[in-house]
Amino acid sequence: MSVDSATVRRIAHLSRIAIEDSEVERLRGELNAILAFVETLSEVDVEGVEPLTSALPMQMKKRADVVTDGGIADEILANAPLREDHYFVVPKVIE
Amino acid sequence: MSDPTHLSLAEARDALKSKQLSAVELAQAHIDAISKSRALNCFITETPEFALAQAQESDARIARGDARPLEGLPLGIKDLYCSKGVRTTAGSRILDDFTPTYESTVSANLLRDGAATLGKLNLDEFAMGSSNETSAFGPVVSPWRRAADPDAKIVPGGSSGGSSSAVAARLCLGATATDTGGSIRQPAAFTGTVGIKPTYGRCSRWGIVAFASSLDQAGPITRTVRDAAIMLRSMAGHDPKDTTSVDAPVPDYEAAVGASVKGRRIGVPKEYRIDGMSAEIAALWDRGAAWLKDAGAEIVEISLPHTRYALPTYYIIAPAEASSNLARYDGVRYGCREQGRDVSEMYEKTRAAGFGPEVRRRIMIGTYVLSAGYYDAYYVRAQKVRSLIKRDFDEAFASGVDAVLTPATPSTAFAQGEKGSADPVEMYLNDVFTVTVNMAGLPGVAVPGGLAANGLPLGLQLIGKAFDEETLFSLAAAIERAAPKIELPQPWWREG
Repeated sequence: MSVDSATVRRIAHLSRIAIEDSEVERLRGELNAILAFVETLSEVDVEGVEPLTSALPMQMKKRADVVTDGGIADEILANAPLREDHYFVVPKVIE
Repeated sequence: MSDPTHLSLAEARDALKSKQLSAVELAQAHIDAISKSRALNCFITETPEFALAQAQESDARIARGDARPLEGLPLGIKDLYCSKGVRTTAGSRILDDFTPTYESTVSANLLRDGAATLGKLNLDEFAMGSSNETSAFGPVVSPWRRAADPDAKIVPGGSSGGSSSAVAARLCLGATATDTGGSIRQPAAFTGTVGIKPTYGRCSRWGIVAFASSLDQAGPITRTVRDAAIMLRSMAGHDPKDTTSVDAPVPDYEAAVGASVKGRRIGVPKEYRIDGMSAEIAALWDRGAAWLKDAGAEIVEISLPHTRYALPTYYIIAPAEASSNLARYDGVRYGCREQGRDVSEMYEKTRAAGFGPEVRRRIMIGTYVLSAGYYDAYYVRAQKVRSLIKRDFDEAFASGVDAVLTPATPSTAFAQGEKGSADPVEMYLNDVFTVTVNMAGLPGVAVPGGLAANGLPLGLQLIGKAFDEETLFSLAAAIERAAPKIELPQPWWREG
């Protein structure tokens, strides 16, 4: 499989990365080089093989459903590029 | 004492204990070395005041007989580990002047055990790279030079290039690193140092900037096998804040260094003898097997049939996980922000400006293989092949093999700009021998095996059973004893 320039634009948008028109052709070439490299996986017989979702067989540990921290709003906001009181500030989302 | 930066971590520990040296003297010697070595670009942020304050506390503790396991030992921290109150960049512009309000569990463990931290080490952006050339803070230079071409700037490997270069250049006694596809072992091999990626789950990932969460593991880079054992013992351990960290006791790894390897069965996988393998790498591998045989181990040929699919599998799974993990960099909660007409344009412009080309490329690949219509064909298939890669190792170990021996890298280090500029895949091939280990979640160690004809170091890799790092330390120590002693480069790079 290989991607065309419309797909490159679609992937960039899904990735929330702005791209210039002048970049599309180069990105298409690079993405297709990687896709060609991984194409070899299509020759592997994976019939009946379970996908590996955890590097080691382990039970997901669970803890008691209780509050373990909190009251650190200042710390959470400490690195925000724009904040007001205890809120992150973003451009208008809904007109 | 003559230059204390020439001590190994274990030797420095013993010199502090016997009061031949003070922790402040040891820290100051490293701070001075760092200040004269900026040409290597190893550190993104230096924290000399912090290191000296820690060293003063260490001297007080040593004086009252209350020394901790790493008391007063100066270390470097890869700038992927969050440091409380110290700018943490992940080698990226997008984090801007992000200053964590918390400490990563692994670096907190090192501080708990008395280490003095000298600063934050350069790395490939978000740990994506094999040469440290993708860092937003400029490439790191290796202290090693080619014999015939001393002006070429040699890469220290990646992504933990600041760590490997700083350890080889004696700017710190040891350094933390992380490994997602080879990022501890390949830089160690390129710089004549020792690097171990422990079993997935051995070290907590909490507070380490995430790249590919099912593959990422923390580990040390040091100048000797013993030093790696000492550091890993402090770094490892269960952490309730990382559900994948394993609740099992941490062995005294140092005790395994020097243990006999007599009767150990070492597998040599025939599939690693890849097309076009250089005669020099093949000879290194044979020598490594001979050294272990001389030490009493038994060498057996094994088969890991899905080896050749590991790197393509990695280049689906790692970018897929990265595209999810890196979604958090949106210009809202931390890092830089570019203005946009609306929130969507703000995200897109921020991420375009903040991420470098390799990171953008991997996010896009990851987004594509997870997108509707391609998820099964790429991502699920890759996860199935990952099962087969892991099964290969399970079967090899079940057949009675204690560890697997391979070369660490397909070549020695190269010079800046020599690889990957036309085709990103060319750079990816660096990890062909290391990436299988991350796929299977196993421990792997790179240990120096001598020098190549071009004067640069060569490394061997040992792969162990899950949570059997001790066997790896014993075997790596046997190779270290038998291999030609590597003389680290003289400090040609120093100013003043």
